[in-house]
Amino acid sequence: MIPATGKPALASKARLRFDRLSGGYMLLYPERGLALNATAASILKLCDGDRTLETIVGELHQEYADRSDDDVRHEVVDFLEELLKRGLLRVLG
Amino acid sequence: MTAAPRPYTLVAELTYACPLHCVYCSNPLDLARHGATLDTASWNRVLREAEALGVMQVNLTGGEPLLRDDLEEIVEEARRLDLYTNLITSGIPLERERLARLRALGLSNVQVSIQDSRPAGADRIAGTEAFHQKLAVARWVKELGFPLTLNTVLHRENLDHVGEVIALAEELHADRLELANTQYLGWALANRRALIPPRALIEEARKVAAAARTRLEGRMEVVFVVPDYFTEFPPSCMDGWGRRFLVVTPDGLLLPCLLAHTLPGLTFANVREGPLAELWSDSPGMNAFRGEEWMPDPCRTCDKRTVDFGGCRCQAFHLTGNAAATDPACSLSPHHGLVEDARDEASGSKLVPFRYRWPRGAGPRS
Repeated sequence: MIPATGKPALASKARLRFDRLSGGYMLLYPERGLALNATAASILKLCDGDRTLETIVGELHQEYADRSDDDVRHEVVDFLEELLKRGLLRVLG
Repeated sequence: MTAAPRPYTLVAELTYACPLHCVYCSNPLDLARHGATLDTASWNRVLREAEALGVMQVNLTGGEPLLRDDLEEIVEEARRLDLYTNLITSGIPLERERLARLRALGLSNVQVSIQDSRPAGADRIAGTEAFHQKLAVARWVKELGFPLTLNTVLHRENLDHVGEVIALAEELHADRLELANTQYLGWALANRRALIPPRALIEEARKVAAAARTRLEGRMEVVFVVPDYFTEFPPSCMDGWGRRFLVVTPDGLLLPCLLAHTLPGLTFANVREGPLAELWSDSPGMNAFRGEEWMPDPCRTCDKRTVDFGGCRCQAFHLTGNAAATDPACSLSPHHGLVEDARDEASGSKLVPFRYRWPRGAGPRS
């Protein structure tokens, strides 16, 4: 579990990159690339190692005002936990 | 002809020269006979045009890419284009200072090959003393803040060391470990009898790797590639011919895979001849096995044709003499017996001498 005060950041092997051809973002890592949907890209842009999980959820809630706080929180946590499992994310203290 | 697909990865084979002589090298057997190598400006043009086509990742490989003294300039251009760069290296010859320079220039990832967990076995495969230098390089990679990929090619002599290889990768804090069973092409096909393992060895190693994958989840990615001689269906070689990968050889040939130029009767363009986008979409060799029209039976009606794309064209040619045949690694191939025979041969326990990768006439006298 990522604590609310944890500060998520991309792992050293992962890089977020804009894709001119699709107009979306891709998460690149050795031998692979994940095409991100708009929500996933907004989440990862905030994972800078400075913002806490709590801050990230708060900022996204403003961006997606039609969604409940819990909804946003679940989506963020599920996505980040998946990236943690794949070794694409680290959580700073 | 429909529009050419978008490539995502450029495999830049910067040179065929290499200080190692690995008995399973994927380089062509006639590697000394190739033409003049591309200069820095040409490689940087290839990077720019590949990026414009959609490429996001570049594998800087060879041979040994460190043997080019313009590697720094190539990395710099790739970084400027925001490409994800992966240096695929033996770690020889390399000093810590040069690696630090590559880090500063924006190289993304370093992949070091480790031939075995045991020095004697590793050096025997590489045909030279390299093991201890490789470990030193792997440590520098991490100390300098790079992500580290370790790659070990598996075969009958080291498959039972997989547990040790995993332990070594953990000790070196590798981010990714590729346990790749030998694909029998290039020098590995010449050495197949010496390399091919009995099935039980593969099964045991697969279990060890699977347990490690679970245990190390989130810390180290463990990839175990089963040799396609032992699977029911072939893997999708290069994700399909001329689909996702663009390979450029040291002398500038634009290929769909590392060995496509060993297939007779195909014409491939040289990147010196024109814009990359045109060559990628129009070169006759590039189009030879795109799509499904070329497919023979049983591929043309097979459910898996959009998954494995008929398997490996080079394997089809080197085993059957026909590049357009179904990959004999497929259990549905009429030539599958060729693969079964090679497998059966492996269950015997003959000791077969290796043939080392050297340019013709350049090797030690035997």
